[in-house]
Amino acid sequence: MSLELVGRTQAPDTDSPLAIHGLTVSYGEKPAVFSVDVVFLPAQMTAIVGPNGAGKSTLLKAALGIIRPLSGQVSSYGRPLGEMRARIAYVPQRASVDWDFPARVLDVVMMGLYRDVGLLRRIKGHHRARAMACLERVGMEGFAHRQIGQLSGGQQQRVFLARALAQEADLYLLDEPFAGVDAATEKAIIGVLHGLRAEGKTVIAVHHDLATVTDYFDRVFLINTTAIAEGPVADVFTPDYLQAAYGGRLALAQMGGAAAG
Amino acid sequence: MIWDALGLQLGYNATLVTLGAAMLGMGAGATGTYLYLGKRALVSDAISHATLPGVVLGFIAMVVMGGEGRFLPGLMLGAALSAGLGLLAVTWLTARTRLHEDAAIGAVLSVFFGFGVVLLTVVQVMDTGRQAGLETFLLGATAGMLRNEALTIALGGAVILLLVRLLHRPMILVAFDPEYAVGQGMRLRAVDLAMMGLALGITVTGLKVVGLVLIVALLIIPPVAARFWSERAEIVVIIAGLIGGAAGYFGAALSATAPDLPTGPLIVLSAFVLFVLSLLLAPGRGVLAAALRHMRFQRRVHLRQGLLALASGQPVYEPLTLRLLRRAGFLRPDGVATDAGHAMAARARLDERRWQTLRSDPQFEAAAARYDGLTPLEEVLTADQIAALDRGLGLAGLR
Amino acid sequence: MLSLSPLLIGIAAAVACALPGNFLLLRRQALIGDAISHVVLPGIVAGFLLTGMVATLPMMLGAAAAALVSVALIETIRRLGRIEPGAAMGVVFTAMFAAGVLLLEQSAASGVHLDVQHALYGNLESLIWLDGYGWGALADPAALSTLPPELLRMGAVLLCVLLFIAVLWRPLALATFDEGFARSMGLNTGLLGLALVAMAALSAVAAFDAVGSIIVIAMFICPPASARLMTDRLGRQVAWSVLFATFSAVLGYSLAGYGPIWLGFANAVSAAGMIATVSGLILGLAALFGPCRHRRSGAMSG
Repeated sequence: MSLELVGRTQAPDTDSPLAIHGLTVSYGEKPAVFSVDVVFLPAQMTAIVGPNGAGKSTLLKAALGIIRPLSGQVSSYGRPLGEMRARIAYVPQRASVDWDFPARVLDVVMMGLYRDVGLLRRIKGHHRARAMACLERVGMEGFAHRQIGQLSGGQQQRVFLARALAQEADLYLLDEPFAGVDAATEKAIIGVLHGLRAEGKTVIAVHHDLATVTDYFDRVFLINTTAIAEGPVADVFTPDYLQAAYGGRLALAQMGGAAAG
Repeated sequence: MIWDALGLQLGYNATLVTLGAAMLGMGAGATGTYLYLGKRALVSDAISHATLPGVVLGFIAMVVMGGEGRFLPGLMLGAALSAGLGLLAVTWLTARTRLHEDAAIGAVLSVFFGFGVVLLTVVQVMDTGRQAGLETFLLGATAGMLRNEALTIALGGAVILLLVRLLHRPMILVAFDPEYAVGQGMRLRAVDLAMMGLALGITVTGLKVVGLVLIVALLIIPPVAARFWSERAEIVVIIAGLIGGAAGYFGAALSATAPDLPTGPLIVLSAFVLFVLSLLLAPGRGVLAAALRHMRFQRRVHLRQGLLALASGQPVYEPLTLRLLRRAGFLRPDGVATDAGHAMAARARLDERRWQTLRSDPQFEAAAARYDGLTPLEEVLTADQIAALDRGLGLAGLR
Repeated sequence: MLSLSPLLIGIAAAVACALPGNFLLLRRQALIGDAISHVVLPGIVAGFLLTGMVATLPMMLGAAAAALVSVALIETIRRLGRIEPGAAMGVVFTAMFAAGVLLLEQSAASGVHLDVQHALYGNLESLIWLDGYGWGALADPAALSTLPPELLRMGAVLLCVLLFIAVLWRPLALATFDEGFARSMGLNTGLLGLALVAMAALSAVAAFDAVGSIIVIAMFICPPASARLMTDRLGRQVAWSVLFATFSAVLGYSLAGYGPIWLGFANAVSAAGMIATVSGLILGLAALFGPCRHRRSGAMSG
């Protein structure tokens, strides 16, 4: 069995929306992410998949410069990522913020417009209309003036997605967008993401539900501290690779079912 | 002079005060550990500042009833009552409103203290007020301390130490994992109350020596310092007690050597010195040890990544990686790999491939958990097991 | 008119502290104000010892330096020792305060007098404008020149704080609510947090000089905390906190000055203490009756 990276179809110095080279991140004495090389393809939906504690979210955060890596380079559209932030939207984990913050739904979505309104520019009608349109896309237009602490988990997730839509980016990075949300929300979110792909945008999402990988995504990046494989779902989402990523932690039967389904 | 003081040779009163302060420090260090481990260290700040209105009201009450206003047990009772009220206010604000504990602590300490100052200015206009000397409770003073007062303080410290010994088990359980403690049938509120009650006891006992602004230091600094030395809670309690006791002893002894050396600040600064020493020098959690470990770790990561890159023929960009490879003799100054470099790179690559195989094999699940990208497989498996792995890789005989 | 000047100083100090206090509260850094106000004392003493002058400027500089040193120390100890922020704060501010008291006693022994109590509860009552008789004095340059310098200083600091909050409102709100998202947009959230604390330190030092450290701690926390219980929107919360701070200053100052006289006593009581007390009463009322006092529990999954 060859473990050479399926994903190394392009050299690191491409104009890929997100190319990661030699990334190592450590919280203590043990790396959470070790020497990961991966190049994500444009206009595709890629799932980042791996067992708990495999460094999926850490990889995303380090790629965005939210946490500092021990070593490695990250580029976006052929430039250092720092120069391309205007083209990148990010949806953090829902649980990473305090929803008791004094703000309404619309206030949160408007945060996605920060790049356009800057420090002092007046917020005009068209800004508000844009934020409302994003809320409409996630089916939350009726909640614009609701206090964010009153939302359910699924509604919070949709608000975060609306905020990312307001950024009008080309690359969307999502951290566990389907974690702990209701079925209706999951459907709404996947609808929006497929819509983005249809517009030629790139979507990369940390994903934990093996049963839906095949239905939702075009490509899979398997990670367990190190990169295991990256490629089209049909090539990478196979029992062999899954076992390489999950080791003994995944029952063979479950894997077969997931890979077949 | 200093040696006389440390050797308790400065007279009966100074000796008594020094021993009392040491006892108080021990009790405070041990008590504070439970608050610190429960991440509630600053609750003690609210407690100590909230004593002020009680002290002043106690004084006023005793004067109005025609007694001696400075009678220490009376003032301590007042302090305990108002601090208890402050504690209730913190609990109530945290439980009943959306405010978090830090805001509740800050609100209670500033408002109670402010109200206490208002009362202090009231005392100043009372006839007896001018000689009240209640201000000494702000910063503490041992000069002119009565023998009974010193004994009260030593006794208070000893009683609290005894209570800590008795209540250690439930308190440590609650500090570490309140939910589990409840599951064990423990009455959370009762244990919480005991913990806060002990902190309150220390505060009230120490008011006279250390003062209410600084007493909180004795509850916070020793446990934080002690935590560096041990990973076991019961040991941390003991070390914190020792550090607190030492700080009390040194501080009080030093202040006895000269009239303008205030006791409270010297005790706190002694504790702080012990804290800094712990922060820097403790093995394991200490800063120097951790910095050394981190540096070594970062180098190992870079070296390994460099070798893996060499093995797969990829260019290495990172300056640190390049420097480390050169220094180890794996890379010539012109950037071409040496023979030793090729050999090491091949070994690293083989190790990595063995690891990958191992991690996808359920029967090695326990070993796979030790993967960190750095540990050579030889340290995890026996030679026989590796040989078996190699057969799976089709590498039999390759070493 | 006599009491207009101390009243204005009280209001300016209260508002200048309450404004950054709002963000500190939401970032769970409410006690930074507590720490800063404690370390101002060693700063003032050090400023005095270094220059040998009982003058305002070196002392304020010393206080500002001490505030920044304490924040840096807290952060260093927290990171290096992996200690929870509350405990790190407790270690630093008590040690620095102790050092300040020690230095103070030493300098008092050398024959110069600095006053710990003045540092703790200020002396708002004494900041009167002696030449300010009648409204005409406002147009009289000679009378204006005798305005207490504390008033001008506090006014200038309030203006600084207002500008800071107004200009950086959006990034502050963004970084406070969702630091990860803010960083993904390229905001330097570390620097922003530092600037906020520096602004809080500036308010604390100026307010401390005028009114003592009790008002400082109380105004950092009580008006924003009460305001949080009144509304669920950030802008309104800040507006409420300004209102509460102003109200505490006015009512506290009046009660301290006239309350005892109404009750038949001759002397007034501490205005700083009274302002803190009033702000606490407001918080009590807000905690009992504020429309948004309860935490919402709607955030369930599903």
